[in-house]
Amino acid sequence: MKTKPVAEPSTRTQQPIVTGTGVLGIKYNGGVMLACDTLGSYGSLARFRTVKRLEKVGDFTVVGASGDLSDFQKISSMLREMSTSDSAYDDGCNMTPRDIHQYLGRVMYNRRNKFDPLWNELVVAGFRDGKPFLGAVDLIGTMYEDDIIATSFGNYVCLPLMRKAGTNLSKEEAKQVMENCLRVLYYRNTKSSTKIQIATVSAEGVEIGEPFEISTYWGYSAFQHTEYHGKRL
Amino acid sequence: MEASLEIPKGGFSFDLCKRNAWLESQANYGSSSIIKKAKKTGTTIAGIIFKDGVVLGADTRATSGPIVADKNCEKIHYLAPNIFCCGAGTSADCENVTEMMASNLTLHRLNTGRECRVITAVTMLSQYLFRYQGYISAALVVGGVDSTGPSLYTIHPHGSVDQLPFVTMGSGSLAAMAVFEAGYQEGLERQPGIDLVRAAIQSGIDNDLGSGSNVDITVITPEGVQRFRNLDKAEPKYKSKNPLFYPKGTTKYYDEIISKVAIIEGDAMEQ
Repeated sequence: MKTKPVAEPSTRTQQPIVTGTGVLGIKYNGGVMLACDTLGSYGSLARFRTVKRLEKVGDFTVVGASGDLSDFQKISSMLREMSTSDSAYDDGCNMTPRDIHQYLGRVMYNRRNKFDPLWNELVVAGFRDGKPFLGAVDLIGTMYEDDIIATSFGNYVCLPLMRKAGTNLSKEEAKQVMENCLRVLYYRNTKSSTKIQIATVSAEGVEIGEPFEISTYWGYSAFQHTEYHGKRL
Repeated sequence: MEASLEIPKGGFSFDLCKRNAWLESQANYGSSSIIKKAKKTGTTIAGIIFKDGVVLGADTRATSGPIVADKNCEKIHYLAPNIFCCGAGTSADCENVTEMMASNLTLHRLNTGRECRVITAVTMLSQYLFRYQGYISAALVVGGVDSTGPSLYTIHPHGSVDQLPFVTMGSGSLAAMAVFEAGYQEGLERQPGIDLVRAAIQSGIDNDLGSGSNVDITVITPEGVQRFRNLDKAEPKYKSKNPLFYPKGTTKYYDEIISKVAIIEGDAMEQ
């Protein structure tokens, strides 16, 4: 006797497809800096080499995303729409970085409650009225605020280094720290690349730099060995 | 009389697999769980080759699930006068495997009349672990100095070996490796080498919850071995920004009402 096949339940987002890896954020003297690489991975294929994962929102904020890039494109269009309607109100009031952080947090949480998450870990960086802001939101709606933020794999490899560096840095020092951290991330993360992008938000406003390549070092004499059985070349 | 060195029979030994499978099936019956949680060393262990030799470092926390089982255990084990081994994974496995290997290496030394080579220990350990197909959960960092110079190896539980100038293992390995990748240079002097390993282990202790407590360091050079037990003591580096003490006036108030409370003799319910 054949049993009738049970209909599969309707499913939503179960896995990210085209993904970006870690985004790093750090407060420095005079502003906030975000950095990430520009790789869009298709599983284990390095598919899209120059993907802008840092986006300007309004005049005071930058949002960076790791995770599913199509979901980030959706979030970007939502933020653009919000930004447009905000300025259309023309009431002299614009959303602060903290408001944007809150907005994203609510959006992500509501989606998670519907079992249809936007599969991202977002970093919100802003500088307004002399006050820097740095926070993160993840795919289940966890909202977190700190002086040093990392997402995805960056939590394991870059966060220890950024915590050591601290937040009492000049802009140049912070840029150096970000470069070093993304270099180490490339060494140790299979889904990273050496083409990176750095954005800063400060009293001067939002500045998202062009993507550039970072160097890597492979010149250790120990790496010349081809066998481990005690033979030295 | 049996040969002093135990030469293992050829092939794989699966004697205990049947017993393990039965134990696993028992675990499903909830409350009376026969399988005890293995004491694991959620760990940060690390090693580097510096100019004259090898520096090995380890944290000192042993965990049993979420509980700290031993606040100050020793993770750097003796293998030979010139070879030491850090162990991550299951405590019992690391302890017993290294002790057994130390015995075998002593016998080997007596048999050959020569100082042990690091590669000997590594080969013996990796072949042993491979025979057990990863069931012996010992992830090791083996370092030492012999007639061919200083060398450093990692051995994974399944038996694979890597020879590298700087290595980390354990749950805190990524945090420690980050410090190495950023700070390692060839031909480091002794003190900078020790400081780099200390910083790496400290990074593991600060950022990994499975690692903690103190930092142990062992320095191996052709001249000899120096062991620093608890070189860096546990100290919370992260101080919360939130004040634990809220001074009077922290909460703003707009009105103040002070009422006298009258104490009436007798049972209040009668009133």
